[in-house]
Amino acid sequence: MSLQSSLESGKFVITAEVAPLKGTDTTEIIEVAELLQGRITAANVTDQQSSVMRLGSLVVSYLLKEKGLEPVFQMTCRDRNRIALQSDLLSASVLGIKNVLALTGDVASLGDHPQAKPVFDLDSVLLLQVIRRLNEGYDMAGNELKGKPSFFPGAVVNPGADTEAALELQIIKMEKKVAAGARFIQTQAIYDADSFAKFMKRVEGFKVPVLAGVIPLKSAGMARFMNKNVAGILVPEHLIKKMNEAENKTETGIQIAADLMKELKDICQGIHIMAIGWEKKVPQILDAAGL
Amino acid sequence: MLMVTEQKPLAEVSQLIDKCHKVYLIGCGTCATTLHTGGKSEVIEMKRQLEDAAKEITGWMVIPTTCDTLTREALAENTAAIEAADCILVMSCALGVQMVARFSDKPVYPALNTLFLGMEGNPGFLNEACIQCGECVIGQYAAICPVTTCAKGLLTGACGGARGGKCEQQPEHDCAWILIYERLKKLGMLDKLKEAASPKDYSKMKRPRQLELTPL
Repeated sequence: MSLQSSLESGKFVITAEVAPLKGTDTTEIIEVAELLQGRITAANVTDQQSSVMRLGSLVVSYLLKEKGLEPVFQMTCRDRNRIALQSDLLSASVLGIKNVLALTGDVASLGDHPQAKPVFDLDSVLLLQVIRRLNEGYDMAGNELKGKPSFFPGAVVNPGADTEAALELQIIKMEKKVAAGARFIQTQAIYDADSFAKFMKRVEGFKVPVLAGVIPLKSAGMARFMNKNVAGILVPEHLIKKMNEAENKTETGIQIAADLMKELKDICQGIHIMAIGWEKKVPQILDAAGL
Repeated sequence: MLMVTEQKPLAEVSQLIDKCHKVYLIGCGTCATTLHTGGKSEVIEMKRQLEDAAKEITGWMVIPTTCDTLTREALAENTAAIEAADCILVMSCALGVQMVARFSDKPVYPALNTLFLGMEGNPGFLNEACIQCGECVIGQYAAICPVTTCAKGLLTGACGGARGGKCEQQPEHDCAWILIYERLKKLGMLDKLKEAASPKDYSKMKRPRQLELTPL
């Protein structure tokens, strides 16, 4: 069943992130696609994640689809103006790609080509409006399309904002994204199910399926690094301690992710696993979570 | 308001004027003086450094406002020393450099990098407050410009990357959207945040821009 049908029929859904690598070798992506097929509903393909130049998300989305794994084509506004964004969306539609995750994207200065000119002609909300317009058969300038796409657009939210202002801004923006046509939401990584439950209460009125983000921990160092450097991620001290004391860090990391998923399962409509290099361990994590 | 400049590294300046033995120096009495990048003392220091590098300085002056058309008169008054030089090195913003070039047939080189139009914020800090986008939107945003002060120029709301009120992408800067939120809250106008924003019309920034003045 497709991501759209699953979400619209109220099913619990698992998605996972697949990151294209730098270069033309697609062996690993194909291996991951084969491993994940049948275990997850759809795979997100990241778009030059962290502003690091890699193989493109459109082509990898197509490769996944050819391998029988439904893609979620992630699209950021950092590298393309409104002409290129719309054109790539039309291309995606022709390649049979339905799901698009509209993102603003990180700034270029954080990546491996910091001298690049950042575009940001549009942002996530405006891109969602453009996708809706294309679905209606018109481009952003109001010109009629010959043949129109039928995208299932999604967006992201960061529920772990660290100040009142930042959290309120996230909720306001999420509402704007839903109003602009987002039909599903994937979140930044969650490590505390209780505070996520509070967030879900705040946004339940938006009536949009939410997939909670999960990043499995590989080490205590990784957890501390994310706490220090990634906005919205807060790994609680007891989990860091657990990772630190673990004899088998891989097993413990997988178990923590699985336990978290069991808790999150009852709070929202799906889980989005961002394995960050552990893509091949996703089936193990799902097994451990009983999903 | 100041046109914010920084001095180019001396090595870069030396390379620019590599072929010139005799150099005429011009400083600016306005922004570059305030910022100590091209005032009288910086011009004198540049003269010393170039002389140490075996250049001959045929003369120097600090024009009150180099970007003003009065620069023509200042150049005319110093024709002899300027004519004796192989080039003119200008220690002002790019506007001043171009104004000098307009009124001189000598090669003209910049000694400064022009950074941004700045406004004094916290004491000792100059902040970029406007990128001259051509369709001012700050009425929507509590008079704080997200086009300029948000790292991504977001018009529709925060990106979610703020940490402790600072921009994730540029931690030395406050998150523009948190500033907008706090100010709107103080004004009792938080509803403004829910208003939809239109995509920006970048044709307003089509370069080069020109405005024809109509006589009064």
